[in-house]
Amino acid sequence: MIEAIIFYVFAFMTITTATVVVTVRNPINAALFLVLTFFTSAVIWMTLEAEFLAIILVLVYVGAVMVLFLFVVMMLDINIAQMREGFSRILPLGIVFAVIMLLLMWSVVTDDIFSLESIATPVPKGADFSNTKALGGVLYTEYVFAFEIAAVILLVALVAALSLTMRKRPRTKYQNPSDQIKVRKADRLRIVKMPSSGEEQ
Amino acid sequence: MSIHLSHYLVLAAILFSISIAGIVINRKNVIILLMSIELMLLAVNLNFIAFSHYLDDLAGQIFVFFILTVAAAEAAIGLAILVVLFRNKGSINVTDISELKG
Repeated sequence: MIEAIIFYVFAFMTITTATVVVTVRNPINAALFLVLTFFTSAVIWMTLEAEFLAIILVLVYVGAVMVLFLFVVMMLDINIAQMREGFSRILPLGIVFAVIMLLLMWSVVTDDIFSLESIATPVPKGADFSNTKALGGVLYTEYVFAFEIAAVILLVALVAALSLTMRKRPRTKYQNPSDQIKVRKADRLRIVKMPSSGEEQ
Repeated sequence: MSIHLSHYLVLAAILFSISIAGIVINRKNVIILLMSIELMLLAVNLNFIAFSHYLDDLAGQIFVFFILTVAAAEAAIGLAILVVLFRNKGSINVTDISELKG
């Protein structure tokens, strides 16, 4: 019973906030509502006993990706009026697309093969079961190659994002490390011999 | 009143349809388009996790792990392209980006 209440409350919130994300006027509000969608989805993932992924969703998506989105939205000068041009004209078309898509998928997923009789609700795992440990157990053995490829993908994305957005400004002063390393003592320091004033007397 | 697999699948289907509608109605706004793609990936991840739970197979959760990785990379590169585009053209309106038309 309590699971049903949690599911329906958070499913309703997920759907509502997702609808707001795609219809709201200001992109900053859309990003913030997307954060809320991720939070409610994380709760639903927790009810499915995917605790590690629920935490990862909050940490990585809300903590990193959505902050990136917010930074970019705030840095760009967006002409909202121009973006919204033709919004109300195209809205019925979008709703028609969504309803057709939903009816197609609905007819598939409410089929008998997914019903309670075919796939029974699994027994809840005990309190000593660790989802993180179980995931790590297969991730570093069976899927270690895929794991390494994921690391390379992240590295490539890092290099790509940096090389895309980096630019040299002509007026900015840079240090030249090779010149700094090659410097010799004679270039910087000059010892001047001069008699001290005390000896003259 | 018990929750079974179909409930989660229907929720994921609704989320996916909302993001399809978002892509259609926000076709001029690249940022909302990227957000709709994130929503789609979220719906797919929900499917994977629901099946992983009900079939008691961890492979689904491993797949979600990699989808999250690739989605983070995709968002970073997409936003970087957006920033470069804005720097060069002074606008991110999709209708202004038509130089490659044949």
